[in-house]
Order: sequence, then C-alpha cells, then structure tokens
Amino acid sequence: MFTTEVNGVVFQARGLTKVYDMGEVQVHALRGVDIDLYSGELLVLLGPSGSGKSTLLNILGGLDHATAGHVIYRDRELTAASDSELTEYRRYHVGFVFQFYNLIPSLTARENVAAVTEIARDAMVPEEALALVGLGERIDHFPAQLSGGEQQRVAIARAIAKRPSVLLCDEPTGALDSTTGIVVLEVLERVNRELGTTTALITHNADIAAMADRVMRLADGSIVDVHRNIEKKPARELRW
Amino acid sequence: MRALDKKLLRDVMRLRGVVLAIALVLVGGVSTFIMSLSTYDSLLLTQAKYYRDYRFAQVFASLKRAPETLARRIVHIQGVDKVETRVVAAVNLDIPGFGDPASGQLVSVPDRGEPVFNGVYLRRGRMVDPASDDEVVISESFANAHGFELGDTLSATINGRRKELTIVGIVLSPEYIYEIQPGAVFPDYQRFGILWMARAPLAAAYDMEGAFNDIALSLTANANVDDVVDRLDEFLRPYGGRGAYGREDQLSHKFLAEEFNQLETMATVFPMIFLGVAAFLLNVVIGRLINTERDQIAILKAFGYTNAEIGWHYTKLALMIVAIGLVGGVVVGIFLGKGMSAVYQDFYRFPFLQYELKPSVVINAALVAVAAGLAGTLFSVARAVRLPPAEGMRPETPTEYRATLVERVGLQRWFAQPTRMIMRHIERRPLRALLTVLGIASACGVVMVSNFQEDAIHYMIDVQYGMSSREDLSVSFVEPTSARALHSLQGLTGVAHVEGFRSVPVRLHFEHRSFRTALQGIEPGGDLHRVLDKDLKRIKLPAAGVVMTDYLAKILGMRTGDWVTVEVLEDSEPVLRAAGFARPKTFQFADVLAASQPALRVPLVATTKQYLGVSAYLQRNALNRLLEEGNVINGAYIATDSRYQSEVYTRLKEMPRVSGTVVREAAIAQFNQTMEQTILFFTMVSATLGAVIAFGVVYNSARIALSERGRELASLRVLGFTVGEIAYILLGELAVLTLMALPLGFMFGRALCAYMVSQFASDLYRIPLILEPDAYSFATVVILVSAIISGYLVWRRLCRLDLIAVLKTRE
Repeated sequence: MFTTEVNGVVFQARGLTKVYDMGEVQVHALRGVDIDLYSGELLVLLGPSGSGKSTLLNILGGLDHATAGHVIYRDRELTAASDSELTEYRRYHVGFVFQFYNLIPSLTARENVAAVTEIARDAMVPEEALALVGLGERIDHFPAQLSGGEQQRVAIARAIAKRPSVLLCDEPTGALDSTTGIVVLEVLERVNRELGTTTALITHNADIAAMADRVMRLADGSIVDVHRNIEKKPARELRW
Repeated sequence: MRALDKKLLRDVMRLRGVVLAIALVLVGGVSTFIMSLSTYDSLLLTQAKYYRDYRFAQVFASLKRAPETLARRIVHIQGVDKVETRVVAAVNLDIPGFGDPASGQLVSVPDRGEPVFNGVYLRRGRMVDPASDDEVVISESFANAHGFELGDTLSATINGRRKELTIVGIVLSPEYIYEIQPGAVFPDYQRFGILWMARAPLAAAYDMEGAFNDIALSLTANANVDDVVDRLDEFLRPYGGRGAYGREDQLSHKFLAEEFNQLETMATVFPMIFLGVAAFLLNVVIGRLINTERDQIAILKAFGYTNAEIGWHYTKLALMIVAIGLVGGVVVGIFLGKGMSAVYQDFYRFPFLQYELKPSVVINAALVAVAAGLAGTLFSVARAVRLPPAEGMRPETPTEYRATLVERVGLQRWFAQPTRMIMRHIERRPLRALLTVLGIASACGVVMVSNFQEDAIHYMIDVQYGMSSREDLSVSFVEPTSARALHSLQGLTGVAHVEGFRSVPVRLHFEHRSFRTALQGIEPGGDLHRVLDKDLKRIKLPAAGVVMTDYLAKILGMRTGDWVTVEVLEDSEPVLRAAGFARPKTFQFADVLAASQPALRVPLVATTKQYLGVSAYLQRNALNRLLEEGNVINGAYIATDSRYQSEVYTRLKEMPRVSGTVVREAAIAQFNQTMEQTILFFTMVSATLGAVIAFGVVYNSARIALSERGRELASLRVLGFTVGEIAYILLGELAVLTLMALPLGFMFGRALCAYMVSQFASDLYRIPLILEPDAYSFATVVILVSAIISGYLVWRRLCRLDLIAVLKTRE
C-alpha cells in the first residue's frame, strides 16, 4: 500500500488546533498548525515535552480529534471522517510506533504482529516483518522476555507489516539507551528507504534530526521552524 | 487460531483469580437455580407418577354406613369412571414399650386382588391374608418410628374390643404420604399410623358386612369435580355422608400440595434472588475488568480494529467467564439437586424418585447469566471505544481529585494522607463506590434471607404453643358426647385442668368463595386454648358470632361485620339420639340455600392472629346452639402434672371413647422436625451458597481495586511506603465500603424476607417476619469474614508488587 508518487502530498493540515478541557483550565496543545507531509519522506518533529508533537501525531494518525482545523490525507478529509472511517484509515493506511511499545503482553512477538496482519489487506507474513527489523530468532518470545530495544523492534514490525502508507513514530527511542535507540532508528531508516514508507518521527532529541529529510520544530503548540537537511546522516552515525 | 483468540485464552489464564471469583458468584446463583427448580420439578414428576402408578383416587367421601348396592348406583353419576368402597375405622393402639397414647386408622383391603384405587407399595413382607383377622400391614413411617419388624405385634381397640395384630408387611401409600391425625397440625408418626387389614374381619367387627363407610372414585376425562362431589353428597346424605371432597381437599394431598407450593416459592424466589444478585455482580465485575483493559482496547483501536471486533473480543472473554460459571453451576446444581431430591424423597417417602432437569431450566439460567455478562461487557466496551485511542492509551486518571466533604468542613487535620487518599478515592468515583456497596449489600441480604426463617419459626412456636395452644394434651372423642364426660377426665390422677371443646367440620361460604375447615367451639373463659388478636393479646370470645384466623378471613374476602354461611359436614343425629336429645334438624348447605333461611349465618366479629393452621372459633355453647344440640363436646384440652403424665396416658388409652390424643411437646418436636427437614435444610444450603456469593463479591471488589490501582500503590512503595501502609490505602477503602454496605444490606435483606414471607403464606402456616439480632450478626459475620479473607489474599499480592516495572513503564 505504500505510494510510489514522488513528492506527492500525503498529509495536508491547516490551522490544526487542539484544546484539552481539564475542567477549570483549558490547555492549548496545538495553536493553529499548518503542515504538509510528502510521500516517501522522513520527517522529524522536534520539540520539548508539552510542545504538542504527540497531539499532532495522534491527530494525523486518526487517534484523536482536532478541536479546529483540517487534515487532508490524500483526497480525504480526516477531520470530517466518522469513527468507522477513521478505523478503516488506521487499519489500512497507518502504522504506529509508540514510546512504550504498547505490545499486547499476552501475545508473543509473532502473535503481536499477526494481530495486525490478520485484519490488514496485502500484509506481510509476521515472520517477514520481524526479519525486516532483525528479530528472526526471538519471534516466539513474550514481550516480558524481550529487551526494550527488541520490544520496540517488534512494535515497528507490527507497524510496517501491513505495508502502511505512513508510519507515525512517537518518541520511538525515548525509553531506550542510545545504542539500542540507534538500532531502532536504523530499522526505521531502512523501512523508509526500502519500502518507501512516508515516516513522521517525533522526538525531543535534537541529535536524531540529522537523519531526516526535513525537520520541523514545535514549541508551545506552534511550528517555529522548518528546514530541509541538505545531507542526511545515516542513523548508525548518530550519537547522543 | 487467531492472535486475538490466543490473547483471550492467555488473558483468562492471567486473570484466573478474578475469573474464578466471578465464576464463583455465578456458580452460587446458577446452582441454587438448578438445584431448586430441578428438585421441585422432580418432586412434582415423582408425585404424579406415584399417583398414577398407585391409582390415587380423585374424589373421596366417608359416611356412617351404606349398603354395598349404593356403590352400583354411584358409578352411574355423570363423570364417574370407577368406584371402590372400603371400611375405615379409627382405633386406639397400644404399642409395646411406648407409653404415650397412640391411635391409628384401620383401612380395609379388598378380599380379592389389588385395590382399584389407592394401591400400596409393598416395601417389605407381604399383603394381608384376606381370611386372616389378625394380620395388618402398616405404613413405613409408623413402622420406622417404632422400629417395627415383620412379625411384631401391637394391639388395637377395635370397636371396644382389644385385639392383637401381627405386622406382615410394611407399605407406602399415595393416599397417606402424610399421615395426619384428625385435629393435629402436623404428622406425628409415633402417635398416629395407618394400618391395612383384610376387609371381611374389619367389616365384621364394625357391622359393615355388605356395607361400607368410605368410598373413593375416579373421574372420566372431562368430568367436573364439583358436580360429582355435589351429586355424591346427595347420594350419601341419607347414609350419614360427611361431605365428599376432591383430591385438593384430601388431607395428605392438601398437605403435600401446600408443601410443594412452599417449595415452589422457595424454588423460584430464592434462585431468582440469587441469580439476580449474581447477574448484577457479574455485570459490575465484568465491567470493571474490561475497564482495566482499556489501554489494550486503545491499542487494538489504533491498529484499526473496529468497535465491533473489539466488542466481540471482550464478549468472548465475558462468555468464557460465564461459561465457566454456568458449567460449574449446572454441575454443582445437579449434584445438589439430586441430593436434595433424595432428602425430600426420604421425607415424603416416595417409593422412587424421578430426577428431572428440564432443559428450559438450564436455558433460563444460561440466558440470565449471558445477558448479565454481556450487558456488563458491552457497556464497558462501549465506554472504552468511545474514547479516542490516544486518550484510551493514557491511564484512566481523571485529574479532578478534590478535597472531600469531610476535609472541606475542616476535619482534615484529623486524617493522615493515606486516609485522605481513601476518602478522596471513594468520593472521586461515587458510582463505582456505590456499585461496590450495592454488590456487598445484596450479598449481605441474600445471606440474611437464607437465614432468617429459623428465628421466625421459633417465634411461631412460641406464639402457637406458648401463648395460644397452652394445653399439654388434647383428646378427641369417637363421637360427640355430653359435656359430663369432662368430669371423668378431670377425675384422673395427674390431670390439673380440663376444658371441653366442640369441633365440627364445616365448609364456610362467603360470596362466591368457600373454604373447608373446622369450626371450633371453645370455652370463652378457657385458660388452655386462647384466641389472640394481632398484638397477641387475648381475645375474649363474644357470646355470639365467630372469630376467624386473619388468613381465613382474607381467603374468604371477609371483613368484621360480614356474615359467613356455615355448611356443616357432620351428621350428628345418632349420637344425639343416643344421648337422649330430641331429634334435631340436620343442617345441610343445600337446604339452607333451598329454604333461604338465615339459620346458619354467623357474623364475623373479630379476626385472630394465628401462624399455624386455619380455624374459626366461637363459644362452645354458641356452637351447640347453632347445631341445635345440647351441652355437647367432642374433645378436651388437658393440662397435666408432668409427674403423672404416664399415668394419664395409660388411663386415656383405656377409655374407649377417646379416639385421638395430641401431645403438645410431641407436636412441637414434630413441627421442628418437619421444618428442619424441609425448609431449614433448604435454607442451610442456600445460606452456604449465599456466603459463597458474598465472598465472591467482596473478593472481586478487592482484587479489581488492586488491578486498577496497582501502579499507584507500587509507586508509593517506591517512595518508601511499607506494604502495611499501602495495604491500608487499598483495604481501608474496601473496609469503608464494606461497612457502608452492611446497613444497606440489612435493609435489603429485610425487604427480601418480607417478600418471602408474603410468598410463603399458606393454609398450613404463615411465617412471621421476625428477624432476631442473630440473623443480622450472621450476615455481618459472613460478610466480614469474606472481607478479611479477601483482604489477606490481596495483601499477599501487595507483597509481591513489582516496583521496577512501575518505574520502567509509561505513565
């Protein structure tokens, strides 16, 4: 399901606003964000915690609703989509990777991936996806028996096994040490390169920005800077 | 197998403690349901088969004496299928080694072949030789009460002559499933028994050759019982008929029917309550269980699982739990049902037992359980999937804690932080706290309802035998006799006080309703047998008018001041003639109607509170006047000096005119035994199951609270709280909720008991709503012990909380 378009726009968001109503106070997580995401690119969203990056990613992924503004994915408007349309969108088009992996603890690595491939169209077999992330051998282990890096790689395998058009990663290395984090980033880089999956990766770690095609900085719910890396650094050369 | 199904199986394994506790609640509900209804159905089926196989008759009548030829005319009554005549006689018995007075009923068996009706099931020995005049077969309950063996003898006073009888067989009869002595409230197998004897010698002894004094009929398919009874009454009237009656008025059948009614009430009300409570709890606990899964639901949603798929996934989880509870409940229910049916088989002395579990019973239990499980599941899943996945993946912690009411009014300085946490947690989730409280309260109520009857029964005995029927003995005479007979009783050594009574079988009519009972004429100033008002104060019987058991007045729809029409079902002619009185008018209801005379109409002047039986009272001389007879009695209440009791018994036995004696102590013992074997056994089993449910509820509440708050508590441990301190936070909340639930549970239990009492009211007895402190304390103990055990189990889990995991994972 990945796209072969070159430089086609996958996401177009305009005026995205998100306000959390916390009873007596209102928290503005996003304050009118405009963003385009191009086919096949690797975008890094940088920002300190509380800057609204996760909220942005969640709205792009159909996990949350915007308070105001529009998101257009290809030719459909996500902000107007019904619950079942969003479900269908997540099911066939989007892969998620979360900071805390969010694996289902009662399923093995293989079964965690299968839980997704079973409901997708034209999915990989779980073994193939797990081989892609370099986890050929430990596929019958339960999450509790895997290291953090391994768990995150299972989560990536789970996200890419359905061959999504977009891969949305929320602090994928946030819970990992740098060596393990780099292994995970290498996997994401490879998926982006080999499968051409449009990838948005959010992090507060500025060092990771070097591997992106484009880098976008968020602060306090607004985009403060966008720049294109002339030269991408391979993930294995990153250090922090 | 699909990955999600594997997840399901592993989740069930992981949650096995909770799953089992929920299933246990359901096992309690379902097994009570299965046990009760299958027992009831089995008894009905067995009774029906017993009646059919042993040809229990449909219409009965006794009379003074009629020629055998009359039977050939009776068979032509429209609606009558077959007719059989018998000779039946009341006799006094003298049982070797048994000092108390005992009496029996001699029933003839045909000279040739099996009886047409009311066949007997031969347990041991053989039937009597038709030619033998000293052989009897006796009922098994009577035999067991005295340890009679084949070949043993006992003597009977047959028509004034003492006769030695040899027991050749021991039998059961559908006609005497209950052997109740006339005048007694409950069967007393030691002092009253049924004996079958060859017809020829029995007829000879009572001058019944070519004649009969008892008749039984069966009916054709479409016959109307009332019409046949009326026609039969017309035929028998000239022969001293005592009023024919259908099966529903046959003493043993009626008693059994009443018992079955009560059983039906218990078998429907109890399990409905239990199953209802179990269903409610299932709903609550499954809902909470699903709630703890909300982050997994969010993940599944994030990956594109539809709400329907997620709903179905958790539905399967709920169905598995329900299935475990159902299978367990059915298995336990069948086991208990068979056991209980066997107890009842033994109690009712059915020769066999047909255990029956109707598929509909299982299906109904399954439907209720599945519906409750699904409701709990779908409600929670619906709530979980309504959240956007991004929100669902965050732990459910509404941040809106606030100072509780207690703190706002300025009492906070009295409470340490953990106590404030307890109070705030309860106040933050009032609905959840309320559901927990309701769950524990309903469990408490169930325990109370299963336990209350014992108190009520003791109270009944106190009222009946301590305040109302205060006599030590009551004797009845073979026939109505002049009140002078009292002098000979009074003169017996050991008799302290005697009061005569006149009792006459009647059918009371008011508007279109009627009821067959006895009209009791007692001494107005009598000290032994008292009539009580609703405050249990003694009512002085008025000179005219009748006082009825409140329950009877309700059956007849009468109020004080209404006039009841009395149809007398006794022909008193011969005795009065013998006593030298003028020939009185015989009263028959038909005559009353025909002549439309006001003669036998009596005003209802008051109602009396009585828990046992259904009676109507008036002054004895008023009854005598009503019957246009002289100073006549047919029984007496006696107070004895306990030192001379056996002498009194011996002397009474020697009096040929005394046909039956009811001993008060024996009646109480008998009453207790009856209650123990039926109701109390049932309630004991129910109380156990109620306790199981109670435990399930409390344990679930604690266990789920733990899974909801495990992270929070582990974090506190990391901060240096001891296990004891975090246990205080979690279990303190449970303790508060449990204590809040108790008073509510008492109220709920009392309401349930009131409902049971209203459902239990019958001709035989009405259970008063009496809840002694021990009913409350028993329920309290069950709940508290459940709470303590649950607390202990949760404590053990708290000791094993994984502190590292808390630090590692998200929040």
